[in-house]
Amino acid sequence: MLNYLQDARVIPAAPTAPARDVAIVNLSLDVSRRSFLAGAGGALTVAAFAGSAEAFIRYPTGGETMPHGLRTDPLTFVTLHGDGSVEIVAHRAEMGQGARTSLPMVLADEMGADWDQVSLRQAPGDEATYGNQDTDGSRSMRHHLQTMRQIGASIRHMLASAAAQKWEVEVSAVEVGVHEVKSGENTAGFGELAELAMRQPVPDFEALNFKDAADFRYIGTGDVSIYDIRDITTGKAIYGADVMLPGMKVAVIARPPVVGAEPTAFDSADAEEIPGVERIETLPSSIPPAKFAPLGGVAVIASNTDAAIKGRDALKVTWGDSPHASYNSEAYLAEMRETAKQPGQVLREEGDVDAAFAGAAKTVTRQYAQAHMVHATMEPPVAVAQVANGKAEIWAPVQSPYGARQDIAAALGMPVADVTVHMTLLGGGFGRKSKCDYAIEAALLSQKIGAPVKVQWTREDDIRHGFNHTTSVERIEAAVDADGKVVGWRHNSVAPSILSTFAPDSGHQFFIENGMGHIDVPFEIPNLRCENGKAMAHARIGWFRAVSNVPRAWAIQSFAAELAEELGKDQKEMLLELIGSDRKLDPPTQGFPENFWDYGEVYEEYPIDTARLKNVLNLAADKSGWGAEAPDGEGWGLAVHRSFVTYVATAAKVKIVDGQITVPEVHMAVDCGFAVNPERIRSQMEGAAVMGMTLALHSAITYEDGAVVQSNYHDYEMVRSTNFPQVVHTHIVEHPFSVHASGVGEPGVPPVAPAIANAVFNATGKRLRDLPFGESI
Amino acid sequence: MATLKLNGEERRIDGPDDMSLLWAVRDLAGLTGTKYGCGAGLCGACTVHVDGVAVRSCLTTLSEVAGKEVTTIEGLSETGDHPVQAAWRELNVPQCGFCQAGQIMQAASLLAATPNPTDQEILEEMEGNICRCGCYERIVAAVRHASTGI
Ligand code: FES
Ligand code: FES
Repeated sequence: MLNYLQDARVIPAAPTAPARDVAIVNLSLDVSRRSFLAGAGGALTVAAFAGSAEAFIRYPTGGETMPHGLRTDPLTFVTLHGDGSVEIVAHRAEMGQGARTSLPMVLADEMGADWDQVSLRQAPGDEATYGNQDTDGSRSMRHHLQTMRQIGASIRHMLASAAAQKWEVEVSAVEVGVHEVKSGENTAGFGELAELAMRQPVPDFEALNFKDAADFRYIGTGDVSIYDIRDITTGKAIYGADVMLPGMKVAVIARPPVVGAEPTAFDSADAEEIPGVERIETLPSSIPPAKFAPLGGVAVIASNTDAAIKGRDALKVTWGDSPHASYNSEAYLAEMRETAKQPGQVLREEGDVDAAFAGAAKTVTRQYAQAHMVHATMEPPVAVAQVANGKAEIWAPVQSPYGARQDIAAALGMPVADVTVHMTLLGGGFGRKSKCDYAIEAALLSQKIGAPVKVQWTREDDIRHGFNHTTSVERIEAAVDADGKVVGWRHNSVAPSILSTFAPDSGHQFFIENGMGHIDVPFEIPNLRCENGKAMAHARIGWFRAVSNVPRAWAIQSFAAELAEELGKDQKEMLLELIGSDRKLDPPTQGFPENFWDYGEVYEEYPIDTARLKNVLNLAADKSGWGAEAPDGEGWGLAVHRSFVTYVATAAKVKIVDGQITVPEVHMAVDCGFAVNPERIRSQMEGAAVMGMTLALHSAITYEDGAVVQSNYHDYEMVRSTNFPQVVHTHIVEHPFSVHASGVGEPGVPPVAPAIANAVFNATGKRLRDLPFGESI
Repeated sequence: MATLKLNGEERRIDGPDDMSLLWAVRDLAGLTGTKYGCGAGLCGACTVHVDGVAVRSCLTTLSEVAGKEVTTIEGLSETGDHPVQAAWRELNVPQCGFCQAGQIMQAASLLAATPNPTDQEILEEMEGNICRCGCYERIVAAVRHASTGI
């Protein structure tokens, strides 16, 4: 019926892909656990769904080294009620990526709960209790899949033990089915056993049995709707602005147009005339590095949002000077283009690059650029705070509720214990809502006026005062030998760093940015150098969905297609040749720096696997019918990129209609290891195609005299229903549980823009090198 | 101040004449299903029905709706099962969900006037509604689903 539903089927991995071997982890600890299990006989095993030993072999994830790590206490996450209902805690932020549904769904499946009887409770920011809650980096499924399964298996075990106790039988004679427990003649619903089950000792990991994949009802099936869908479609879902407290005031703030400027004078007479405006307060300005400190400014506080916005717009503020008042982003981009031509700091060096270039039969050099972007989440930043009697309570759409709690406590001068942060649903996040400046504003204002305060950002505020995606120039040079083989590679990446928001700016990118598609380039080229040229920041730089992977994939994937053109090769064949043989990159012997960052994971667990990379490329290309002749004004383009340890390839079709770039069809091939919720994986790939097209065509934040030029959706445009990627086919590579699951919130984005640009080239012969490149050609 | 029929109920809303309907509905009437996205008629998140037709509540003032019938997402269907809402659930349309009340109200308005829209009519009608999460393909499919049942 609908193409994306037809795409529901999962595509088996190519038989040659060595992915399965990669992922079977050989921790001696787990081996001994398994032998213990095998030798334990039936004493502690639960008969139903008792999986094979392979059903769950534990592997390490970076989740263990995140602040506060991971929690597995079933009593924290699950409450069984006497009426049979099951309450599960959702501890991560929900911003459209599906974590609030998918993690509890895993738990419910493993424990045997019927999803229709599950209700969710959103955890407040409390990492001591729930473990790490920083919802970012495409980590939710990667880090929490195993703990959710463990908790589910623990509850199932406790239900069985309760039944055994009640019926005076061996645990091994008890079967836990779907919301039902049985032994011989005896049956009981979960409700009947709830109280007794919750009092059972929490079993050790070694005592647990896990389901075989064949017994999953929800995991891997994609049959579960998002939990909040009824509330969303009936207007009952609660986002940040929907929190209303008795006596609450609304504040809208005039912030410095240039970061760091102070209000030197203001005239609020007109603002105070507006019915509903009650008072005016100032907030101290900040200048990077100030982490998530509010920008400061003048707040208009009113009885309702309409009055607060009108009051703010009626303020006349005189702003002082700032060291960033001369920032002009166009001139800055030109400077970066020059910087990129000079040698930068060397980050990775393999082979003899200078000799390769000296002896080259041909060299190819190109530069690719990107403008700043802001997130423009559909829900602009907003937060509600009540600071009273030495306590602070905050309701806000934040990606890191515990991080926000710490920052708010510090700003208020209160102990963390006296601050509570409740997470609402997020109307989009994309990294913007990792930065809690808006929640700090609400807390400071509430503390100041002694009443609950909602701080509402307007769209203009959001566009002008965000934490920008950086602006960048990527210069790539290739040395080609007499046989047409690429034997040398130099890539200089120049961009203001996120680090400048946190520490005095060195002008250089740091190891996390370096690890996002730059030094981890997966090409088999014997002589290779990655450099970083200096670029100072003049705006607040933050992270935007997929972060540095966006400009790196843009550059490398465009360059690969340009090389193909230069060398007279097919673009897909060129990419496959550059990627080279099936192998896992070996960072220590390939010139990687010691601080190489593989998304916070132990490299051996999530190596850069070229077979998986080539597999998704071939999959997307095959599905698109790559190689067929296209009519005039039409063309396909390819790109492939690994980010957040997930592999995604895009094949995009472009059709030029009256000079306008349209994208009638896209294939997204994704390998995210074990695919837990294929339905949300597809929706993330569809969304990535749209956001990728938006950033390719439209997304530019520019600065003149230190201030952002754009202000709303008319000059910071979004792809709309009249020109969007009309049909997105998602092809998911199938893997067993042993191939570690990874996230999909970000990795879909990077390959989209270069695939579209490569398609534009194939349709028109015109090569685009700067993002955004506009809608017309 | 204005008296209007809000979701079928006669209501007196005590706000200034030039107050935008969006904030009147949200802050004064306490109906938070209608969302603020841009305040400038550019995104459609604030879409409600005035006398059955989709309008941008952020660009409509309280005085303009005096004596009229205003329907918000909360009042689209008593049970929450308007064919458009049902289609949205059937096709699992939302990601973050923030734009969806506006999308649903726009789609319901289209189908009330044009029960069997062409694909082109759907695309054009929905053009004013931004979805930053990028659910367009499903939105268009759900409108079609609500109109034809397929
Ligand atoms: S809020 Fe009214 S159109 Fe955007
Ligand atoms: S679902 Fe998030 S903006 Fe549409």
